[in-house]
Amino acid sequence: MQELIEILQNLHPEVDFAACDTLIDDGILDSFDIVSVINEINDTFDVVIPADRIVPENFNSAAALWELIEDLED
Amino acid sequence: MPRTHVLDYLTEILPQAADKTAFASPAESLTFAALEAQSNAVASALTAQGLYNEPVVVYMEKSPRTVAAFFGVIKAGCYYVPLDDEMPRVRIELILDTLQPRAVIYDTKSKSAAESLIAGKDVIAAYDYARLVQTAPDLPALSAIRSRAIDTDPIYVVFTSGSTGKPKGVCACHRSVIDYVENLSDALGFDSETVFGNQAPLYVDACLKELYPTLKFGAATHFIPKGLFSFPVRLIEHLNAVKANTICWVASALTMTAGCGALGSVQPEYLRTVAFGSEVFLPKHLNAWRAACPKAKFYNLYGPTEATGMSCVYPVTRDFSEGEVIPIGKPFPNTEVFLYTKEAGLITAPDTPGEMLIRGTCLTMGYYADPERTAAAFIQNPFHDRYPEWVYCTGDLAKYDADGNLIFLSRKDYQIKHMGHRIELGEIESAALTMDGMTGCCALFHPESKKLLLAYAPELDKAAVLTHLRGKLPRYMLPNGLFPIEAMPLTPNGKIDRVLLRQTYAGA
Repeated sequence: MQELIEILQNLHPEVDFAACDTLIDDGILDSFDIVSVINEINDTFDVVIPADRIVPENFNSAAALWELIEDLED
Repeated sequence: MPRTHVLDYLTEILPQAADKTAFASPAESLTFAALEAQSNAVASALTAQGLYNEPVVVYMEKSPRTVAAFFGVIKAGCYYVPLDDEMPRVRIELILDTLQPRAVIYDTKSKSAAESLIAGKDVIAAYDYARLVQTAPDLPALSAIRSRAIDTDPIYVVFTSGSTGKPKGVCACHRSVIDYVENLSDALGFDSETVFGNQAPLYVDACLKELYPTLKFGAATHFIPKGLFSFPVRLIEHLNAVKANTICWVASALTMTAGCGALGSVQPEYLRTVAFGSEVFLPKHLNAWRAACPKAKFYNLYGPTEATGMSCVYPVTRDFSEGEVIPIGKPFPNTEVFLYTKEAGLITAPDTPGEMLIRGTCLTMGYYADPERTAAAFIQNPFHDRYPEWVYCTGDLAKYDADGNLIFLSRKDYQIKHMGHRIELGEIESAALTMDGMTGCCALFHPESKKLLLAYAPELDKAAVLTHLRGKLPRYMLPNGLFPIEAMPLTPNGKIDRVLLRQTYAGA
């Protein structure tokens, strides 16, 4: 989880990613960020996020993203 | 009679398409008749304020009514200047400084920003679009303005990145836009059945591809919500829902969709025309799109804002193998693109690099209120001095392949293309250097990973630097990676050592 938070923090140092669960709804992560996040996650965790999992619900919070990563690692 | 006014397209199509939807977003749609009525109301209001032959800033979010605002401005005999509603205040001030406008049109979303923008400036007034459209149309006044219009009158100014930090306003007239709309429509085969799925923001010239052909043919344009471009499966589902059959997108939008495998889980059902451009598109992504849309025709487009949108087209009729470059093809009719270097003159032989220079009606009128930078880019035709004739120096290096197609090679300078946006690395550096304590910096672009990087000295806090840049630059210019260093490395003659920095941070 810490690695994921670091990826997110590099994009938006001002956001409290442990608490925020409206990253997409409030436009905190935009399309530029999401492309970066997907690439970083794929590289860091050696997973491939399939297209049908790239949906707003999975990117709204660090917790949701982490759940997705864990699911893909299994 | 040949068309001399871009809104002749609207006048001509109205009798047959009045009740057809012209522009739509999920929240709102406008028929051609509504577009005519709203633009007449806006124009009448502006005219009543005494505005004529001057810039009118349109500071609105992307929506059908923004298009009606543009046309209203043109009908008032003025030219529209679209502003990105997410652009930082500082950059907007730079643009207003160049324009010296007397009118800004805002919407509900930009109301408070617009009001604070004009606070303390006596000469600018801000107008609420919702109120402008309630104005009773003064058709005799508008018809008088129309009869005075000539096709070299400006219709818009769009701002593009400038290397000194000051954006450049590219100013285009009726004639160049009509020339572009005719050539593009022929090349891509638009017709009355065309349904555009629009991606391009309204504050760049790229949206000309949809705006005016929609009028010309009585076609339809759906504005796709920006957020969908992050979620490719939803994006394609949306294209299917609105039955979009034509998309003209920046290559990065197509890349994202193909790259994550979305085309494997959902197929674009209606697409028959797919045009891309503005940056390099990798063969594997092109091939994935061609496989997903076997009935669609694909086109690579190339052109600078200074030559009104696009200047060259390459119809893609085969798959490309990895490492192959998709050509930018051949110039549109009535447009000449030639390769030139000072040393060799005109280049016609294949595989010989030269700068692309452009000649023709497509040329815009130069940079607004900026004779110096205009003179640097729009020069006398280097092959004669018999009469004044401008050619535009693109700064893009290219060569011919064996079939006479142009192949883009690289830039002459520090301009880059990132997510479809044209960026001068110097503008990022200028913004960074305005930060207290920053003594040196260098912006770099790594084309393979598509990352925009900033190395800077001394080692200021990354978060603080990013926050500073957010206040100065549009979103697409923000670096994806920051590298604080103790001191900038210098070359023997005292300049920042870009080559060393690129090797260290951009892996090239």
